[in-house]
Amino acid sequence: MSTKNLKLLSDPINLNNPITVQVLGICSALAVTVKLEPAVVLSISVLFVLAFANVIISVLRNTIPSRIRIIVQLVVIAALVILVDQVLKAYSYEVSKQLSVFVGLIITNCIIMGRLEAFALGNKPWPSFLDGVGNSAGYAIILIIIAFFRELLGSGTLWGIQVIPDSFYEMGYTNNGFMILPPMALIVVAIIIWVQRSKSRELIEAN
Amino acid sequence: MNILRNYIDKIKPNFEKGGKLEKWLPVFESFETFLYVLGDTAPKKGAHIRDAVDLKRVMSVVVIALIPALLFGMWNVGEYHYLSIGENATFFEKFGHGFIRVLPLILVSYIAGLGTEFVFVYIKGHEIEEGFLVSGMLIPMIVPVDTPLWMVALATIFAVIFGKEVFGGTGMNIVNPALLTRAFLFFSYPAKMSGDTIWISGLSEGEGIVDGFSGATPLASAAAGAMDKLPSTMDMFMGYVPGSIGETSVLAILIGAAILLFTGVGSWKIMLSVFAGGAVMGLILNFFATETNPYMALPFYQHLLLGGFAFGAVFMATDPVTGTQTETGKWIYGFLIGFIAIIVRVLNPAYPEGVMMAILLMNVFAPLIDHYVIQANIKKRLKRVKA
Repeated sequence: MSTKNLKLLSDPINLNNPITVQVLGICSALAVTVKLEPAVVLSISVLFVLAFANVIISVLRNTIPSRIRIIVQLVVIAALVILVDQVLKAYSYEVSKQLSVFVGLIITNCIIMGRLEAFALGNKPWPSFLDGVGNSAGYAIILIIIAFFRELLGSGTLWGIQVIPDSFYEMGYTNNGFMILPPMALIVVAIIIWVQRSKSRELIEAN
Repeated sequence: MNILRNYIDKIKPNFEKGGKLEKWLPVFESFETFLYVLGDTAPKKGAHIRDAVDLKRVMSVVVIALIPALLFGMWNVGEYHYLSIGENATFFEKFGHGFIRVLPLILVSYIAGLGTEFVFVYIKGHEIEEGFLVSGMLIPMIVPVDTPLWMVALATIFAVIFGKEVFGGTGMNIVNPALLTRAFLFFSYPAKMSGDTIWISGLSEGEGIVDGFSGATPLASAAAGAMDKLPSTMDMFMGYVPGSIGETSVLAILIGAAILLFTGVGSWKIMLSVFAGGAVMGLILNFFATETNPYMALPFYQHLLLGGFAFGAVFMATDPVTGTQTETGKWIYGFLIGFIAIIVRVLNPAYPEGVMMAILLMNVFAPLIDHYVIQANIKKRLKRVKA
């Protein structure tokens, strides 16, 4: 793997992260991060959809008339999303119920459309695949960090297993109900952005 | 007083450039300027009139204005504590109990808030701002007396960071940090912030409570439709009701309001229009009141005495940073606070008290109101030029 290809994978994880730098896909980052499990499942779903949509569009890129490219992209994404949805319903019905519409809403995830438009339409399949994996990995990392803190502080559990000992509760500790509400997800995203920018100062805008 | 001044002058070189405590200069400066107004307040030559009242002095006035309500709140805490356990107590026993219960809240609020500010000042290396002097006093006054101290500390730290420091510190905040603290507590720990048992010290533990004693606030009784349980208007005005520490006595709050208005620190336009907004919405609701919803028939003047309405109007809505700056804007801003507070209170069963929501909401809209007031003025004057 060349350095150029490696960069396609690593860049979106940190310096060009779709959530913290491009601020895309915020909606699902707020909606599915109350618990760790749905966040991980949605991340894997997005990884699958984005990687393969990128490859398919990249293969077709020279035959798609540019006037109808959005529709073609949507058809490809929708087909993949339905596939994911059916698999989830078949093999992990509980999680599928928790995620409810958000699996279907992967279609409207800005990250996917953005990568198809910006990358897959102008690059060969292999780099497109790597770009898709990299971007969805960047998305997944942020989702998992948010879900980790929200589930830990909001419900006292991780992956559904209680991790805060009972003795804490007896001493007067209480789960933070605000963590379960969407505004707190936004604040956790903000903290992640804050930490990231103070670590890599090139991200800070000049003004 | 000279002893203090001399002492400060003596230790000052340690903090200046090259001194061994150089890094602590911001902390030192903040204490020095708290005690003394620095620089020329009135130059020896020329006709420069300068006001010695700087931000720290303004903040101190607000803290002084809060003291009547705080003292009454301490007494009230003791009064209801002894009432709930069915014992007679002297005035000093009641006050003493309240003092012991309220003091930790004040200390925790100040330590957590100022600590957070000091950390930020230390990282940023700028001067310490005094904004927390008032917030630190407001926070203990708007929480129930039984709120666990760690919750107060956590909420205060959250509010100082996300309500103030991320926007650039004192004077740059969009929402009132003290109210943000309360909102954080309200949404994070609803069990500790609403209900019938949390308003009176010791009631939630439930030991030695008189049979049938109810700790419900008048606001909760009214929201539940139990109009017969409401105290008399006079009791509400004087503050013989359970509630958050500082909010119960309208009389004590009005003394504070008088101090704010006399010194010119608070805006009478905002205070008046908040009450007006509440009264108007109360009257509108009276008009639509039915048999099935007795809360809507509550006389409008009782709405103004209930819960935190007066406290919010006098101490929260008048915050010069988060409120509107234009004179017309103040009327609109205040009126909408009162109006929305009563709407939330009566028509939304999930939130028994709407004042916090109303003020936070209008804090966000204040710049917009100012913008349109200014635009309208520009338009009017342009017309005059053209005509």
